[in-house]
Amino acid sequence: MSLIAITEVKKRFGDVEVLKGINLDVERGEVVAIIGKSGSGKSTLLRCVNGLEMIDDGSIMVAGAQLINDDLHLKALRLKVGMIFQQFNLFPHLSAGRNVMLSQMVVKKTPAREAEAMARRMLERVGLGHKFDAYPDQLSGGQQQRVAIARALSMQPMALLCDEITSALDPELVNEVLAVVKELAADGMTLMMVTHEMRFAREVCDRVVFMHQGRVHEIGPPEEVFGNPRTPELRQFLGAQLVV
Amino acid sequence: MMTFTLWDILRNLLLAARWTVVLSLVSFVGGGLLGMALLYLRIGKARAGRIFVQGYVELFQGTPLLMQLFLAFFGLGLFGIDVPAWLAAGLALILWTAAFLVEIWRGCVESVACGQWEASASLGMGYVQQMRYVILPQAVRVAVPPTVGFSVQVVKGTALTSIIGFVELSKAGTVVTNATFEPFTVYGLVALIYFALCWPLSKSSQILERKLNVAHRDH
Amino acid sequence: MTYRFDYSWIAEYWPVILKGLVTTVELTLIGTLFGVALGIACAWTRSLGPRWLRPPVVAYVELIRNTPFLIQLFFIFFGLPSLGVQMTEFQAAVLAMVVNLGAYSGEIIRAGIEATPRGQFEAGASLAMTRFETFRHVVLIPALQRIWPALSSQIVIVMLGSAVVSQIAAEDITFAANFIQSRTFRAFESYFLTTGLYLLLALALRQALRGVGRMLFPRRAAR
Repeated sequence: MSLIAITEVKKRFGDVEVLKGINLDVERGEVVAIIGKSGSGKSTLLRCVNGLEMIDDGSIMVAGAQLINDDLHLKALRLKVGMIFQQFNLFPHLSAGRNVMLSQMVVKKTPAREAEAMARRMLERVGLGHKFDAYPDQLSGGQQQRVAIARALSMQPMALLCDEITSALDPELVNEVLAVVKELAADGMTLMMVTHEMRFAREVCDRVVFMHQGRVHEIGPPEEVFGNPRTPELRQFLGAQLVV
Repeated sequence: MMTFTLWDILRNLLLAARWTVVLSLVSFVGGGLLGMALLYLRIGKARAGRIFVQGYVELFQGTPLLMQLFLAFFGLGLFGIDVPAWLAAGLALILWTAAFLVEIWRGCVESVACGQWEASASLGMGYVQQMRYVILPQAVRVAVPPTVGFSVQVVKGTALTSIIGFVELSKAGTVVTNATFEPFTVYGLVALIYFALCWPLSKSSQILERKLNVAHRDH
Repeated sequence: MTYRFDYSWIAEYWPVILKGLVTTVELTLIGTLFGVALGIACAWTRSLGPRWLRPPVVAYVELIRNTPFLIQLFFIFFGLPSLGVQMTEFQAAVLAMVVNLGAYSGEIIRAGIEATPRGQFEAGASLAMTRFETFRHVVLIPALQRIWPALSSQIVIVMLGSAVVSQIAAEDITFAANFIQSRTFRAFESYFLTTGLYLLLALALRQALRGVGRMLFPRRAAR
């Protein structure tokens, strides 16, 4: 059974239908890149999987549990999938370590010592063990994003959703974040990522989803999607990308 | 023993509320005029003037209005004048109002972007011309909502003049309570009358501010 | 003007003034603590709380902000006993201050909450925190930090406004001043001295609040 099963998902904002019936299954340990123009609905899809947007129709199942809009079900879902945001969204009043400790202690009621040990391990894993006491405004964008990854990992999710996690970074900081993601993929983490890093998608992902006008337009292994695009829309999209 | 109907109570309070309105108007207008004079000093070039106004504001914003009323009442008495309560009340409220308005307005003048100063200077305008034609017209628009908002504080401030014996709404409330022994009803009504005076001012301040924000967004 | 200031009474009456000072400080501390707590509750209700709770909170805030503190005080001290609620002068004074500051600080804190970037709420949610947990651990402290200067000013205003509690015979600084002038007939000296005391208290309170701010918010505001 797939870890994440998205079936006939529809979502509208007012009069605009942004998702027009999405079907997508993600297997355990699979790394899926979602590409497409802005406005194609790719970020919305990701946000639906985390329950940040409520779907109007269809269903989303994560590890057999259905996404239902009430506090209990949402909490259960969000314990299974973590999310990384474009703008990092670190908590500015807490140190990096405290950022990673907070949700463990609040949500899982983990004792402070265990939460701290976990936080140190996770920060170590993203190469920031020495920044435990640094505050977000003392960190570079790349470092902040790595703390955000450590924060999500500390909840021990089954899958991570990455929403354009390098788009807000200066170009020279992109690679340190992608290196962390690559390592996660190698460790077998299930990843769903909306990205503009085509080269990265090609190297690291098992499958690439091309979204266009609220639909999954093309889907397949990266060598196929990038090497042999079947639709004119995808060809045009790829042609507009500088790095392929 | 006399009995009072609700209407008796309300009529007496409303009659007294006229004096609350008059005192509020006098204080607001007087304080506004004094505030403008102080603003002239505060944003002017003379250092002594700026320091004087800063001290003035610190003094009147750092002490209770009630104390200012007492000092006006007894202080004027030192000059051998037999001070009527309305005079002390008006004087203290004018001085107090000016201290707040000058700070509000200074903020508005300073909110006009410094690019405006530079632009008008580059056009060869002098300080007075810059003020008159460029800075003040912009500052006034920003100043209207908080100024209207502050008028609510003035109306509420007049309640304290009852303590030095000026007969307005609050004083009438105390007098009527002592006659009727119905503090709950009387002070409830007094509160409602104040609310009826203040709420429209609060609301218009909010609406004006929202309009101003919308107008700014369009630029 | 040949008036001569006479402060010879101080030797006898300074304990009265000291007692008044202590009372004013106590009133301010307790009033601030509970007033800000009430303000946080109101702010939470208006910006994030259940919808049905919002109209009563709006009514409370508008009523308090558009009536004089003196009348609120009289209503509580003289009016409520007719409903069977008995209070000492001090209790009534504290209650009036809490109710007053609750409404003002509620509006100030709400502005701080509503300036919170949406991403902070989403980050909290994505970490499986409930809305309330996110508010409590993620949103509240930075929101308070944003509006701390405005909140501090309001607390000073409430402290200065507390001078009127002397009118229900709560024995604060102003009460002491009234007492002294009624005994010594040196009205101007008495009020002049206590006004100076209030000025010092206001300056000290502002410093103290700045200190509290540094303690609560060790980091500069980000964003």
